[in-house]
Amino acid sequence: MNITKLKDKILSRAFFRGVIAISIFLIIWEVGARFESWYGYRVPWIGLIPAPTAVFESWGGLIGDPSYWMSWQMSFMRVLGGFFAAMILGIPFGLFMAVNRTFHDTAFPTFEILRPIPPLAWVPASIIFWPTAELSIAFVTFLGAFYTIVINVLGGAKSINKQYLQAAQSMGASQWDIFRRVVLPATLPSIVVGSAVGMGITWEVVVAAEMISGGGGSGGAGGGLGFFIWNSYVGGSYEQIVVGMISIGIAGYFSSEMLRNLGGFLTPWLKTR
Amino acid sequence: MSTMNLETAKPKVELRSQNSSEIVVNNVSKVYGGGPFAKEVIKDCSFTIESNKLTVMIGPSGCGKSTLIQLIAGFETPTSGEITMNGKPITGPGKDRLVLFQESALFPWMTTYDNIMYGPRARGETGKEVTELADFLLTKVGLEAFRDKYPAQLSGGMQRRAELARAMINKPEIMILDEPFRGLDNMSKELMWEYYANLYEEDRNTNFFITTDIDEAIFLADRLIIMTNLPTQARHVIEIDIPRPRKIEDIFANQRANDIKKEVMTLLHEEAMKSFSGGSKAAADFLEAYSKRAE
Repeated sequence: MNITKLKDKILSRAFFRGVIAISIFLIIWEVGARFESWYGYRVPWIGLIPAPTAVFESWGGLIGDPSYWMSWQMSFMRVLGGFFAAMILGIPFGLFMAVNRTFHDTAFPTFEILRPIPPLAWVPASIIFWPTAELSIAFVTFLGAFYTIVINVLGGAKSINKQYLQAAQSMGASQWDIFRRVVLPATLPSIVVGSAVGMGITWEVVVAAEMISGGGGSGGAGGGLGFFIWNSYVGGSYEQIVVGMISIGIAGYFSSEMLRNLGGFLTPWLKTR
Repeated sequence: MSTMNLETAKPKVELRSQNSSEIVVNNVSKVYGGGPFAKEVIKDCSFTIESNKLTVMIGPSGCGKSTLIQLIAGFETPTSGEITMNGKPITGPGKDRLVLFQESALFPWMTTYDNIMYGPRARGETGKEVTELADFLLTKVGLEAFRDKYPAQLSGGMQRRAELARAMINKPEIMILDEPFRGLDNMSKELMWEYYANLYEEDRNTNFFITTDIDEAIFLADRLIIMTNLPTQARHVIEIDIPRPRKIEDIFANQRANDIKKEVMTLLHEEAMKSFSGGSKAAADFLEAYSKRAE
């Protein structure tokens, strides 16, 4: 993105509205958190949440702390690892089920029985099965994205307009050419949607898996953002809990933004609609 | 706009396919499903698509015309009977019989140029000859400025022209068009009639055109085949002997055209009445629309 584009974006009405909304949110939060001290009587629950000023103060202290950034890195690596593994296995799996009847009939029933099992239900089994905690977290993260990607790819590839296939066929295209230049691009939008949803699920799953599996190596910093939150809770640092939560929010936003850009790059024709 | 392009782009490339081709539909029936749910869409249907003529087929909507196209194009096989092309039975789809579908089947992920080049590239023909032909066709259909645009950026009429170019580059022996101008507004529809008729008059390849629009049928056809209601049969053939090139403004001042129109309307009205008494919703709509037009 070049400078003029960035400038346009910052000066745009949408950006301005976003800033206003976040500011109002922070003000309400601050006022809510300080209620107790302002009026001298206790308001249930809302006064227990640390105020944003306290959170930012605590955050300021963490910015220079390498173990905080280590948590970011660990979670990101797990998310990306599980996510890419899910894409590499899920996209061909879904496509193959869509184009091959025999494979579909063989694989789909098993897939459909396994799919409703929440990834977190796999945690105990995968801790027993996989030799290291790291691998079991990776596996659970992978499952989170895998089912969603497969279902979207399968649905997308199956709902291709029949006339696209017939048109290609009558122009003398081979099966492989039809797959490469018709089925694949026609399914791309569904692949992008499936990946975006899958990415969201991966963040949900990785955080929960990290809370369950504990600190890992590096003096607890190997635990990722999920463990960071859990550890702050155990240690009674409520400000840090909120810091961890917002960190995940920001990380998830960047992941989605990255996917949106990649998706836009892969499906340029959709922008023209 | 369209006629201008035709004059500026004189055919330096030969578009006319070498062979003249004829399709014979002989006693064809098509039944979907089986047992008590069997539905007979086409029954003992016979007609000929004559070589180097524009044959138009007209019939009430939902009468199985599209099914006939599926059979002729080779996407489906008849339950009984036989369809032959130049004496040889049709066994599957092929680039000698290209179909323009009702809805645009341009690939949304390809630009106009890539869409036109789909067929040649799929067959591994990427030489200078074919890219020149693609450029020529792009000019011929008046889309040279839209070469790198996606289908969603084209108007309905442009999409139809791009699709014509995509089909023509494969030099089909027979072009099959399934209500190709349905859904266009009246203005673009009439432009497309003239445009398409011009293209046809230049090359005089075998064309098979399906429609539910009587005006369209009479304006375009050399031969007009009128179909019955379900199960479909060819009921009547009219040779439209109005001289070409035809002009929209003139044709319905022409007494012969009006006589034909009356004849076609009477036949179609009878067919619609039959299925109306059979309780078909599509036929009821059809009947209503056409009795209004007849007044």
